[in-house]
Amino acid sequence: MAGAKEIRTQIKSIGNTRKITKAMEMVAASKMRRAQERMATARPYASKMRNVVAHLAHANPEYKHPYGIEREVKAVGYIIVSSDRGLCGGLNVNLFRKAINSMSEWDEKGVRVDVSVVGKKASAFFKRFNANVVSEATDLGDAPQLEELIGAIKVMMDAYMNGEIDRLLIVSNEFVNTMTQKPTVEQLIPIQPNELEIDEGKMNHHWDYIYEPEAKNVIDVLMSRYIESLVYQSVAENSACEQAARMVAMKSATENAGNLIDDLQLVYNKARQAAITQELSEIVSGAAAV
Amino acid sequence: MPNIQVDIVSAEKEIWSGQGSMVFAPGEVGELGIAPGHTPLITKLNPGDVRVLQENEEEQFFFISGGILEVQPHVVTILSDVAVRGGELDEASANEAKQRAEEAMKDGAAELDYAQAKAELANAVAQLRSIEKLRKLRQ
Repeated sequence: MAGAKEIRTQIKSIGNTRKITKAMEMVAASKMRRAQERMATARPYASKMRNVVAHLAHANPEYKHPYGIEREVKAVGYIIVSSDRGLCGGLNVNLFRKAINSMSEWDEKGVRVDVSVVGKKASAFFKRFNANVVSEATDLGDAPQLEELIGAIKVMMDAYMNGEIDRLLIVSNEFVNTMTQKPTVEQLIPIQPNELEIDEGKMNHHWDYIYEPEAKNVIDVLMSRYIESLVYQSVAENSACEQAARMVAMKSATENAGNLIDDLQLVYNKARQAAITQELSEIVSGAAAV
Repeated sequence: MPNIQVDIVSAEKEIWSGQGSMVFAPGEVGELGIAPGHTPLITKLNPGDVRVLQENEEEQFFFISGGILEVQPHVVTILSDVAVRGGELDEASANEAKQRAEEAMKDGAAELDYAQAKAELANAVAQLRSIEKLRKLRQ
């Protein structure tokens, strides 16, 4: 019975792997639900913020914040949102491909590209290709907090204000549904005017806020908070994507392990049968000889 | 008695939403008390307590670490920060993020080569695809 023992050991080890992937799948499923909730709870702030910013943009034509002004692009900044951990299928690879495609377009035009990374995977990837990584935020955990992102975002916003970059883009995964995550590139700064359109009905009569202390001061803070909230949203959404992708990847890994075990079981049974047949025929031929 | 809608939100979650007859907030230029029908106003908030006086004379307390207050005649929105913010604190976290990046980049080599990055990615994708095909063939 050659190899029967080896096959048995292999079946056992694949069975153990299947247990692990099954557990990971279930953990990812429950984490995904929580991540989705977080994604939803971050929405009211962003939408309120958008309303206020939109109103300011309309009501306050005399002061235009730099984030609202398009300028000639000599350098661009990218914020790449990835996950800290792997084993989530093609999620990060697809995202990086999208990012690199978009970056190489700028590169061909001779535009300098600065990168700010969120998540260990992006950090490792862009380090390997020696991109110009200016800031980094990693180890965000399952519940990403805005506090940990502020630094990385501020570096980029400062760069824009100082004229070191003329455009800021964010690359992150969009949560379409559990099965589908779509890598997207979106422009953060300059803020696109169509994003800031508000209902016609509201704008019927002209009115303005009282500003304390003064308009410029308040608008500056608002704008940076707005950008931060957008980045936070993307990170929260990406975290939901990560869990969903991991769940799907682990589900298919579990299924694959099952298939492998079935195949091996077949091979094992055949080997066992062959051995028995051989033994029988040896006994029979031995008896015939006597 | 007229009421005013109060929404307190932070970037991470909705903190409180409800009706109140008066709102007190720590404005940057002084403590504010907002009654229904207040003129539209927008101001920065200092870290401190926000109090909402409800119709049944109950008071709701919230500590906020700064933020922005927006007043419309019938709606008060408080966009609260998630942490105490300040020029120096922000600067420090920005520097930290920069440092992390620099450390990570130390052992990098050669110019960023998009072509190479693309090629490697294409390679990985092709490998995945052929594995997929092999698997189908075997079945």
